[in-house]
Amino acid sequence: MNFYEKMLNIDRRWIYLVLAIAVILPAVVSFYVPVNVTPEVRRVYDFIEDLEPGDKIYVGIDYDPASLAELHPMAYAILDQCFRKNLRPVVATLSQFGAGMAEQALADVASKYNKASGIDYCYLGYKPYPAITIMLMGVDFRVPFPQDYYGTPLDSLPLMRYVHNFSDLSGVIDLTSGNTADFWIIYGYGRYFMPLALGVTGVMAADYYPYLQSGQIFGLISGIKGAAEYEALTGYKGEGLKSIPYQTASHVIILAFIIISNIGYFASRRREK
Amino acid sequence: MRRQIPLYIVLVSGIVFVIQFFIPSHESEFIFEYGQDWVMVIGILALPLGIWSYLRKTCLTAVKKPKERFFAGVSLFGFAIMMLTGLRRESLMAGSLYMDLFNYILVPIQATIFSLLAFYIASAAYRAFRARSVIATLLLGTAFIVMLRLIPLGPISDANQALVAWILSVPNMAAKRGLLIGIGLGAIATCIKIILGIERTYMGRD
Repeated sequence: MNFYEKMLNIDRRWIYLVLAIAVILPAVVSFYVPVNVTPEVRRVYDFIEDLEPGDKIYVGIDYDPASLAELHPMAYAILDQCFRKNLRPVVATLSQFGAGMAEQALADVASKYNKASGIDYCYLGYKPYPAITIMLMGVDFRVPFPQDYYGTPLDSLPLMRYVHNFSDLSGVIDLTSGNTADFWIIYGYGRYFMPLALGVTGVMAADYYPYLQSGQIFGLISGIKGAAEYEALTGYKGEGLKSIPYQTASHVIILAFIIISNIGYFASRRREK
Repeated sequence: MRRQIPLYIVLVSGIVFVIQFFIPSHESEFIFEYGQDWVMVIGILALPLGIWSYLRKTCLTAVKKPKERFFAGVSLFGFAIMMLTGLRRESLMAGSLYMDLFNYILVPIQATIFSLLAFYIASAAYRAFRARSVIATLLLGTAFIVMLRLIPLGPISDANQALVAWILSVPNMAAKRGLLIGIGLGAIATCIKIILGIERTYMGRD
């Protein structure tokens, strides 16, 4: 096997090893990667920034632990911006795995600003059947969520006393790794015309540009890069910006292997001819 | 008769809810919300069915396949532990055993399994992204440009970012829009077939 054929047939274990070293390297040798903010992320930031103190906004934590690395930084950055501007986020999760992660994010960020549950924010908890829950929230939050996550009736909460349905909210920011985004577009925007922005994984992002172009969503935060862009805008020092060097290093390695593979391919073809 | 009644139920309810969608009235809303309540009830009934199916399969695996007995046992143990610790409402509060098991076992495991994908993608990209044809070259070039957006390229970074934005906003959007329309039309056709009783796979085999 000549040199170029070896380039075409690198054992995958070498690829795994090199990629592992590339992912570990930023932890040892830290470096800064500039993040370019895209218009679709900036629109989400500007929407929240333009709200007045006391405005209420729905934040959906609709992802599972597998997508935690990409979407949790978004949740932290968005909640931090909401609390910094004294907005009143109403948080719920339509993913069965989201309850614990949503509670963790709220507890961490709310404690930083001394925000109290029921007064400065409301965590409704988890409900199944996203489509039905979204439609019922449009009628009255008390139908799918008679109590908040901690068992307190919604009518007892000062924040929720005057919040009945989507018309009492300024908008919806949904962070999701599944098809909950589709339900929000169909029912949240399609039925109730709520201003809607999505935070999705990098893999899903390409699927939602049609909705961005048509105006069904006004903003789109995609993957860990989107989370890093949002942190760069808000100034929140979270995991998004810290993760970019790791993602950059792994992308460089993948691109290098693709180049090696193609050099080997073309050189082998030329030798055959 | 046993096969006719479900078909008539699907026909009547399908037509009613299609008509209901286009009639904005209190009666129409009542029918919709009443139907939603029934959907939730039926959906909840699927939970014990799913649990029974999972337990039956896992127990059979433990009995009949000695090599997989350990893994079946681990699966049943995890199921039992999470079910027992999550029975009370207080289990959902931070600091409870249920939430600790979720946060310190399930979350890291799921994140780790998903992270392994990066290695498989690297290997798959090395083997698949070769310029064997014009289409393959186009795919390779597009993937290259999109992946480059994370790498600081100095003076050409801005041009690369603009090119990526164009790729996502124009050709990608056009293709996705075509897909969505096609999927939507296919879904409508399938729904009409189900309502009219032409498509009966949901009834299972007799």
